Amino acid sequence: MALPPPDPQFVLRGTSAAVQALHFSCGGQEPDIPILFSGSENGFIHVWNLKTHRVDTALDGHGRKSVYCVETMGAKDRLLSQGRDQRICLWDLAEGRTSVTDSVYTEHVGFCRCSLLKVAQGRWLMAMAARGLEEVQVLELPSKTSVCTLKPEVGAKLGMPMCLKLWQLSCGSQPLLLAGYEDGSVIFWNVTMGKALSQLVCHQEPVMSLDFDSEKAKGISGSSEKVLSIWSLNEQQNLQVCKTHKLVNAGISDITIRADKKILATAGWDHRIRIFGWKKLKPLAVLDYHTGTVHCVSFSDHRNPRETLLAAGSKDQRITAWSIYTQT
Amino acid sequence: VCFIPGGLDCSMAFVSHVLGKVCIHGRQKEILGILVPLLAELTRSDCIWQRICWHLLDCVPDRWMEAVVLGFVQTAPGADALSRLLGNLVVKNKKAQFVVTQKVLLLQYGHTTEVLQNLLGYLSLDSPRRALLLRVLQELLETWSSSSAVKHSPPEQQLYISKAILICLSHLKEPEVQSCRQELLTGMMEGVKCHLDSSLPQLRRLGMVVAESISSKINTEGPVLKFEYEEDDETRELKSLLVQTPPLCVVPSTPDDKSEKTDAALPLVPESNKKSQTAAPVMPDEESDAELDSDDDLIPYDMSEDKELKIKAPVYIRDCIEVLTGSEDVDKWEATVKALESLVRRNPAATREVSVELAKILLHLEEKTCIEGFVELRQRAQVAVLTVDPIPVSKYLTSQFYSLNYSLRQRMDILDVLVLAARELSCPKFHGKTKHSDAQKPRIQLLPGNDSSKDWRRIIDERIKSKTRRFAMGQCHMEEASSPNEFNSVAGYFFFPLIQHFDRPLTTFDLLGEDHLVLGRLVHTLAVLMYLAVNTVAVTAMGKALLEFVWALRFHTDSYVRQGLLSCISSLLLSVPAELLLADMTEELLETQSWLGDVVEKDPDGDCRKLALQNLLLMENLKKKLEAV
Repeated sequence: MALPPPDPQFVLRGTSAAVQALHFSCGGQEPDIPILFSGSENGFIHVWNLKTHRVDTALDGHGRKSVYCVETMGAKDRLLSQGRDQRICLWDLAEGRTSVTDSVYTEHVGFCRCSLLKVAQGRWLMAMAARGLEEVQVLELPSKTSVCTLKPEVGAKLGMPMCLKLWQLSCGSQPLLLAGYEDGSVIFWNVTMGKALSQLVCHQEPVMSLDFDSEKAKGISGSSEKVLSIWSLNEQQNLQVCKTHKLVNAGISDITIRADKKILATAGWDHRIRIFGWKKLKPLAVLDYHTGTVHCVSFSDHRNPRETLLAAGSKDQRITAWSIYTQT
Repeated sequence: VCFIPGGLDCSMAFVSHVLGKVCIHGRQKEILGILVPLLAELTRSDCIWQRICWHLLDCVPDRWMEAVVLGFVQTAPGADALSRLLGNLVVKNKKAQFVVTQKVLLLQYGHTTEVLQNLLGYLSLDSPRRALLLRVLQELLETWSSSSAVKHSPPEQQLYISKAILICLSHLKEPEVQSCRQELLTGMMEGVKCHLDSSLPQLRRLGMVVAESISSKINTEGPVLKFEYEEDDETRELKSLLVQTPPLCVVPSTPDDKSEKTDAALPLVPESNKKSQTAAPVMPDEESDAELDSDDDLIPYDMSEDKELKIKAPVYIRDCIEVLTGSEDVDKWEATVKALESLVRRNPAATREVSVELAKILLHLEEKTCIEGFVELRQRAQVAVLTVDPIPVSKYLTSQFYSLNYSLRQRMDILDVLVLAARELSCPKFHGKTKHSDAQKPRIQLLPGNDSSKDWRRIIDERIKSKTRRFAMGQCHMEEASSPNEFNSVAGYFFFPLIQHFDRPLTTFDLLGEDHLVLGRLVHTLAVLMYLAVNTVAVTAMGKALLEFVWALRFHTDSYVRQGLLSCISSLLLSVPAELLLADMTEELLETQSWLGDVVEKDPDGDCRKLALQNLLLMENLKKKLEAV
């Protein structure tokens, strides 16, 4: 007899706008407080204290335009946020400061979240959708120098890039990029050479979100249709579809694989969060709490795996935190 | 007929005379059937035979020239053969020129496409004749673009002219196109306007195809004109005429380039990206890897509650009205639109309270989101409201038909809804279940075509068939359960208001003027309402009013309207009981009969003539039936 799905461990209220982005920063040692960053549609980034479940600070740096991506660079006092004001802001939050130290003007009017990758101590690569319609630009941070611009060939009607993931096989190896586009295809780019290694048509509709497991060289992508697509990268650096999973309701906003590569979570337009096992994509749970589209899901980076949380932010202005499958 | 080669001069005059005489007597097929293939073979390689043939034709007297040339054009196996046989006859001989360039193309229209191909190909094959080709094209284009020709000539002739234009276009070379580009453009613009104005869908399609072809010819680079229409055999045939296939036989002697392929400017489809691989699922070896699956540790939770997300539609009619008028919630709006018809039918009492308001909302309802079949859903809801509460709603709808500031589409929607509701009201209903959906589905044509008129005509045809005597009676089918004809009490409300104000023009709506399309639809609607009013009390009064209406409009220029008027007469003759017809409307019927006779003989439109003939037959049947009594 299967157990009924669990309830959220706690619910954070108080953003007063739809939640578009979430990012945990809980890796610090005691007495560091675990933090959750959330970006909302009203342009604010809330810094939630996960011990008191209250907002510690609210950051206003995007001129009240929706913030749809928040990431930390290393420690929790270096924050990166991307908003609909076409800017990516770098914040310095140490010692209670709340100032924007730097910003990058992307000229991108879409919703493509940028992707960060640490390549060396103090050096990061960031992939973002650029000004040209189908282009992805890779910048080095904090110097903001352009490493390359990845342009698909002329005539390939890919549309806008919708989601990006920068990764590398091991520290120091070549950075690689997976990009999902509006026409439903995923392209695998080699950033150093600036050329595309493989292209795969995964969906009939735009690829809304993707995530990739570099150890198993397997990735998953979700779109606005009812299908999740799992694909892999073989030895010849070619993408192939492994399988597809049909969902009950159409539309996925976000997919994320947990750091231990055991489970993954999808955020659905049907207000539900679905949990799958990563090995075989076995459906594990359907978490039904929100009353609006779930925009983002994120797993926490607690050192103690038993404390790992899954957070979901939704259009109904709530952030739920779930403790699920933590005993392994 | 054998000749002595070798330098002997023979006179061909006698042979020409014989040929001419035979042809004029109508025996073209027999003599030319033998002569032409023979000559075609002989002239293929031998120049002397060519000259003999030309001389033969030159000597045919003028009074027989037409028959001979026509015969040759019809029997020649191809344009190049015709060219060898006739030579430059058209340039030298005035009569031949007249026949080829004017008579066959503009004054007659019974020839096949092959004949047209031969003729126009022949004109294009030699440079002195090409000037004639251009002239021919200009004249054809003038005819095609004249609005009176479009209105008054039969559709068959217009098809013929269109084909000729397309074949001419296919033969034109680039410099020639450039030289007459301006005329082509003006001709096309005028012509396409007249064609699109017409009420017959066939003519509109013809206009569209020809305009597209002309535009693609004159703008080989850059955007071309592209219409949206349904492809059918006719349009495909027309488009195929634009591309000339090279003739199969290659004649080395003639200097012209035989393989004249036209540059049919089909838009180039951009090549799809070859690099994208389509998703070919690769099934990994399923259970062969024996690695311990730690996923097994993860026990799934109960997911039985995970069902499809359904938006609930409102359950009460008044809620529906609220959602449709005010709500911002598009999901709810969609659900309401889909559920409305069944709600209305299930709650007739509640609907009657708000029927006029609901009808008003539905008439003005616009598509907020992209639902499949929105037009049909709206129409079915309207029909449901009308059948549930006929009198007030029909009063509202008919009054709105003649009001200001409605679009033509909305007025035609009103007519469609009235017809569908009338049909439903007058059909016998089975116990409990109303079989409206199945019976109506194949007949409802929702696209703004005039296709619904064909269905109505089909109904009338069936009725006529049922009235003709059959000597072998098949199995009688089970009598359907009869129930009172609900249309009886409301037929008048549907019919009379529609007929009332047709001659009163409003600022935005003039039935007798520009809006003859709506007039056509109105006339067809009245025909159906008349037909459905059989056995009702008001049928005689309706019949009288209809007859007067038809009489006032009988000389209308639009053939669609005339077809509608003739259908009205058919419905009248079928619905009003014969005795009442003769008692009340004798003089009108006699006048109508003489009008119908006129139509049968003189009307340019084939469908009108057919309908008029049917009406005359019905009248004959009527007379016979009454005499038999």
